[in-house]
Amino acid sequence: MSTKNIELEAELHEHDHDHEHHQSFITKYIFSTDHKIIAKQYLFTGIFWAFIGGLLSVVFRLQLGFPDMDLEWLRPFFGKWITINGKLDPEFYLALVTMHGTIMVFFVLTAGLSGTFSNYLIPLQIGARDMASGFINMLSYWFFFASSVVMFISFFIETGPASGGWVVYPPLSALPQAMSGSGLGMTMWLTAMALFIASTLLGGINYITTVINLRTKGMSFSRLPLTIWAFLLTAIIGLLSFPVLLAAALLLILDRSFGTSFYLAEIFINGEALPNMGGSPILYQHLFWFLGHPEVYIVLLPALGITSEVIATNSRKPIFGYRAMIGSMMGITILSFIVWAHHMFVTGMNPFLGSIFMLLTLIIAVPSAVKVFNYLTTLWKGNIVFTPAMLFSIGLVSFFISGGLTGIFLGNSAIDIQLHDTYFVVAHFHLVMGSAAFFGMMAGVYHWFPKMFGRMMDEKLGYVHFWLTFIGIYLVFFPMHYIGIAGFPRRYYSFTNFDTFSMFTDLNAFVSVAAIITFGAQIIFAFNFLYSIFKGRIAPANPWRSNTLEWTTPRNPGHGNWPGKIPEVYRWPYDYSKPGAKEDFIPQNIPYSQTPESNLPFEKDLVEKEKAEKES
Amino acid sequence: MEVTASIEKERKTNLWGGGTSPLKASYGKIMMWFFLLSDAFTFSGLLITYGFLRYSYPAFSGPVSAFKPSVDYWPIPEKIFDAVPFLHGVHLPLLFVGIMTFILILSSVTMVLAVEAGQRMDRKDVTKWMLWTIVGGLAFLGCQAWEWSHFITGTEEGMALSNGVIIHGANLQVNEYGPPLFASLFFFITGFHGTHVASGVLLNVIIFYNVVVGTYDKRGHYEMVEKVGLYWHFVDLVWVFVFTFFYLI
Repeated sequence: MSTKNIELEAELHEHDHDHEHHQSFITKYIFSTDHKIIAKQYLFTGIFWAFIGGLLSVVFRLQLGFPDMDLEWLRPFFGKWITINGKLDPEFYLALVTMHGTIMVFFVLTAGLSGTFSNYLIPLQIGARDMASGFINMLSYWFFFASSVVMFISFFIETGPASGGWVVYPPLSALPQAMSGSGLGMTMWLTAMALFIASTLLGGINYITTVINLRTKGMSFSRLPLTIWAFLLTAIIGLLSFPVLLAAALLLILDRSFGTSFYLAEIFINGEALPNMGGSPILYQHLFWFLGHPEVYIVLLPALGITSEVIATNSRKPIFGYRAMIGSMMGITILSFIVWAHHMFVTGMNPFLGSIFMLLTLIIAVPSAVKVFNYLTTLWKGNIVFTPAMLFSIGLVSFFISGGLTGIFLGNSAIDIQLHDTYFVVAHFHLVMGSAAFFGMMAGVYHWFPKMFGRMMDEKLGYVHFWLTFIGIYLVFFPMHYIGIAGFPRRYYSFTNFDTFSMFTDLNAFVSVAAIITFGAQIIFAFNFLYSIFKGRIAPANPWRSNTLEWTTPRNPGHGNWPGKIPEVYRWPYDYSKPGAKEDFIPQNIPYSQTPESNLPFEKDLVEKEKAEKES
Repeated sequence: MEVTASIEKERKTNLWGGGTSPLKASYGKIMMWFFLLSDAFTFSGLLITYGFLRYSYPAFSGPVSAFKPSVDYWPIPEKIFDAVPFLHGVHLPLLFVGIMTFILILSSVTMVLAVEAGQRMDRKDVTKWMLWTIVGGLAFLGCQAWEWSHFITGTEEGMALSNGVIIHGANLQVNEYGPPLFASLFFFITGFHGTHVASGVLLNVIIFYNVVVGTYDKRGHYEMVEKVGLYWHFVDLVWVFVFTFFYLI
């Protein structure tokens, strides 16, 4: 029984008149239990981190593209990390790439993406007053906030932030004396991640429970918008993979601070033998990638869900293969757990085991291709409306294809020996997961901005933002394939130390310029976003003529989302351009009995069913 | 009342059609289930770690009676865990840990009885059985404390290392019973489980307090007892696996 909804409903009626007065600024905007406010908190924090993460990448791109450049002007920001010759300190370079990866993967594309849109859309699209537990939801954000604070402070400590790569492999990360970033910075990284995992788990159990328990009447799983399916499966993946990272992190904390050797075998450092024995750094890699690979889909699936919604709406066509979309997402969910060792082909793994993981990895191409073809066939002969959100969604499909193709190379254990840890890998995952998920997030922001803030974002600036970002990203990452095939390893401080790679200097300078322009384009977005919150055009009730339930709420939905009764659902969310219908969309809350002109033969029986239910 | 009646009807017609709880459970209970699922993965990660490191060491190859602890091979658990309080020097393999396990399982039984009494809304019985559950949990923690301190103190004879140093007992770095990793894993995994038991006892105490002051009578149901009961059974179940890994194989 949806006790929660009924309780909230009762509460709403009770407090109808004096409700608003009781909320101070702090309970309304800071320690809020309302899912819409929490979603916005996630969004703002995510955007903040995206800019930090992007800035870091610009700094290390300067080093890679212009190794002779005088970086003295960065001294006010980085202090002693700029050497006396005006160069970036090599160890700080490693800290930059580490923090860029950590921030982008976890803080922007996990918390910023899932946190924002799962929170915002789940209750609104399934027809619920709020999340199952508003309090746990609030707790989830504040754990994330605490994690952000710890991670942010680690930039300002003497020894610098963690610098062992975002994967923090031991022994580099396990031995504080290994490099300066493995000291306090690493401890803070682990603390921040432990808090982050707690946040993800609290968020995840809430999303799953809400989708199971609080769907409005008629909202069966086969009428659920694909966004919700994606968020649900994302939450399930997170729920099952993050705890394993927690186990890995706890063991690493013990190795670092309590002298155990879970990950440490016999090892010398600075000519001195350490007492550790018997452990295995490979063990860490297994545990890490058991999260690390599903994490890729935690990042990607919400973006794909958002894209499904945006593409169907703006093609004015039902999504092609609704059930195939769900099936392929389920397939990806299951497969994501059994392919992790393809990140470890060169760890001395048994080649036979390698070929099993290769096979499983390549199978992921099947559900991925199903999704791509379904997007393309949805677009095919649609009445396409090129809103900025639509452009970003199409951009996602493009990145998903071009990045996915290189995945087939990398998943191959023999080819991976050549390409492992080169810029080819960097190019691959930045396209298929980084940029694709980022575009999904942008599509989501442009599409649901009117609902979030009651105003429209400026379309022209949106187009400029899209084209600069889209072209920019290809210009940044496409050349990296060549550098990678030529064998240049990722995470290296300098290209110019090796004669072989001097021929790529121009290409690297080009990539860096493209990266700076792409980053600059995001400032257009930031301006558009902030300006539109206050000064944007007032949004109509349903600006995209969309079918899902969130557009049946008032322009600025209050606590409880719908002022009256929660709408009931009678149909799936993709009745666009239905033959015979008066308009080219029929929202989910319109009963079949009101649309006799467009009902298909089998739907005529549903009219009878509706009637029977009304009478009972 | 009408609402309940119509929802009852809906439930029969279409369980997953929305507007109902298809799993017939409140959101809190579903959340607890999913939390436990994720916690199970944490423990699985740790136990897989145990297995991975355990099998990177050879087992002792001679006859069991000739076993002597050494850093070169993994110890035989029944040769290590053979002490019982007040019975110094008597070889009683796995007896004490058996008692511990029995206590924990017994506390799960009393928890079941508390949940059952809660469904009958019988405050007196819930109070009684919650109290027994708390006692069981504390007894388990006490036993574990003794087990740990015994393990840390070690034996009089100790173990001689290859460089002639004799070590007594075990901590996170040295271990007289076998490879240091054996002790590290023992302390970490049983400690992690012990932390779960300790937080379970804390939750039980909170529930116990609420039962005594009548919070759940006012609320009209004892569902909190059920939710914490789920957690308690989970902790118990995990112990069965920890026990199997450390003491039996």
